[in-house]
Amino acid sequence: MQGLTFDIAHMLAGSLVLVSFLQLYQDRLYALLNTFAMHALVLALSVAWQAYAQNAPHLYLTAAIALVFKAIVIPVALHRIIVRLGIHREIEKVVGVGTAMLLGIGLVALSMVVMLRVTAEADPLAREDLAFALSVVLLGLLMMVTRRNAVSQVVGFMSLENGLVLAATGAKGMPLVVEISVAFSILIAFIVIGIFLFRIRERFDTVDLHALDSRRGERL
Amino acid sequence: MNIDPVAAILLIPALAAALLAALPGYGLTARLNVIAALATFLVALSLFFTRPSPGLYLHVDDLNNVFVVLTTFVGFTTSVFSASYIAHELETGRLTPAFLRFYHAMYQVLMFAMNLALVANNIGLMWVAIELATLTTVLMVGIYRTHEALEAAWKYFILGSVGIALALFGTILVYMAARPVIGEGLDAMVWTTLVKRAAEFDPALLDVAFVFLLLGYGTKVGLAPLHAWLPDAHAEGPTPISAVLSGLLLNVALYALLRFKMLLAVNPNAVAPGPLMVTMGLISLVFAAFMLYRRRDIKRMFAYSSIEHMGIITFAFGMGGPLANFAGLLHMTMHSLTKSAIFFAVGHIAQVKGTQQIANMGGLTATHAVLGWGLVLGVVAIAGLPPLGIFMSEFLVVTSTFAREPWLAIVLVFGILIGVAALFLRLNSIAFGEPRGINAEAKASYVPMFAHLALVFAAGIYMPPALVAWFQNVAKLLG
Repeated sequence: MQGLTFDIAHMLAGSLVLVSFLQLYQDRLYALLNTFAMHALVLALSVAWQAYAQNAPHLYLTAAIALVFKAIVIPVALHRIIVRLGIHREIEKVVGVGTAMLLGIGLVALSMVVMLRVTAEADPLAREDLAFALSVVLLGLLMMVTRRNAVSQVVGFMSLENGLVLAATGAKGMPLVVEISVAFSILIAFIVIGIFLFRIRERFDTVDLHALDSRRGERL
Repeated sequence: MNIDPVAAILLIPALAAALLAALPGYGLTARLNVIAALATFLVALSLFFTRPSPGLYLHVDDLNNVFVVLTTFVGFTTSVFSASYIAHELETGRLTPAFLRFYHAMYQVLMFAMNLALVANNIGLMWVAIELATLTTVLMVGIYRTHEALEAAWKYFILGSVGIALALFGTILVYMAARPVIGEGLDAMVWTTLVKRAAEFDPALLDVAFVFLLLGYGTKVGLAPLHAWLPDAHAEGPTPISAVLSGLLLNVALYALLRFKMLLAVNPNAVAPGPLMVTMGLISLVFAAFMLYRRRDIKRMFAYSSIEHMGIITFAFGMGGPLANFAGLLHMTMHSLTKSAIFFAVGHIAQVKGTQQIANMGGLTATHAVLGWGLVLGVVAIAGLPPLGIFMSEFLVVTSTFAREPWLAIVLVFGILIGVAALFLRLNSIAFGEPRGINAEAKASYVPMFAHLALVFAAGIYMPPALVAWFQNVAKLLG
């Protein structure tokens, strides 16, 4: 891999991790959606660069899906849902910003240690990509467990999926079937979530999952 | 007539789903659902005799043949049960006709997804199929639109998606490990090719991949501590779905895990997957056994019992070796049949009692003799009393463990006994004693329940040599 190509790919994948950190400390829903749009945009750029670097034109399609669908359609739709349903704009967190950031740093360190060690023989671009991808996945998970609000959990899940797409494109020559299906499953997942948010809103005064937790089936 | 049977077991449910989504009316659609399920089952049976050669996407071998036949059989009997169960739900107004159409279509989509996951020869395709099955069941669990159903569906959705995402990461890592050996492109995701060349893969990558796959698909199997979605999803969804979840979907996820275990087994330098599976299996077993004591909801109770049994099965496969694998396979088959029979009984019991709370049930054998004794038989079977099928499989698991790892066997027996005691404690208050609660008349179809129980009973007394030989062969394949 030539110097510049590698550096740019490295930088883009690194920026994705950075934007994941940005998402971690947002406390307003709209700001969170904007950061998610940025996340998807960086992903699209990164995938497009991989398409160029690996000379794999089908990856441009994946990049386009990320750009149109995740950076534009979903944030706009979620924005509308928030307005239409009058969901509270503030995000309730389980742990403070400081703790969440420290945990996040720990997770990134962990994924570097694990992935760089096991992929010692793979080509350098794929190694870095996988390590960054795992960081994004773990940060997405962290976001899902530290938020109580349904919309921000969904955003956490989507950024987790972004990490997976990064991993899939980093794995050189991975068949297109899988990429399209990943994108497709996100679409389905989003529809499902949309329906659920609606139904949840019909029944509860808040999309705050804490309100749901108080009604566990077991308790009488 | 020259139709590929593998294509047929996928096409029949897919076409039926499209048709059922379009047709109105209860009587017709319920019957159509049963017919489609029966047709799929019959075609699946034909796989024992003719089997197409493996392609890039689909293949059938001795291992998944067993799974496919079991899945389509329970799918068929559940559709019969579902017809009478849903008729009652319509009468009481818990489901509206619009949702009914959706329900039947989803039922067939679920069948399609599970069959696809089983016959997929491509690890990416297998992942897509399991994801589809998850989304379908999420929608079905939430179908009653109550607070609890929505909460259960949401929890299932979030945990299931995270699990499935981790499994995808594992799948990508397997591809990364295969790429330098097999080359880029589709071939490096074809399972039959992977397993031939797995010895040359980078062991470190395979190890990490397996950890992700175990956590990911393990969530879907319901292994503790990733089981949190399972009791809620079982308790709040329609009972036919609980039966299919427990009896089939958990198996399908376990099947995916077994496929990857076989990959690691081929590679001499990779970590042995057995101890990881043994540990998670034992934790699930003991944890679920203790959790059985405090259940107040009958469907939740049997959901925990499913976690317990999936723990035993995972444990058996983790131990490995021809005998333990044989026991695991047998236990899986028996558990599927018994647990779905129990859910058939529980579904009708909850309907006649108008509640799922154990406190409001009592003396069922006196008021509803057939249902009550059906449940008693089912619980006796699931508890593993002789001479029923589960006794035999549990006995095999325990004895094969005693021969190799006596300490593990002690934990295993301890967990099983704790679980059995809890089940009988609850069964006593449900089935015997003074009748309590409402006693509506039962309009049930008993055939599916007793058909399953009869099979379990028969298997405990006499296993046909052909079946034994088949299972032994599969057990050898599993390594």
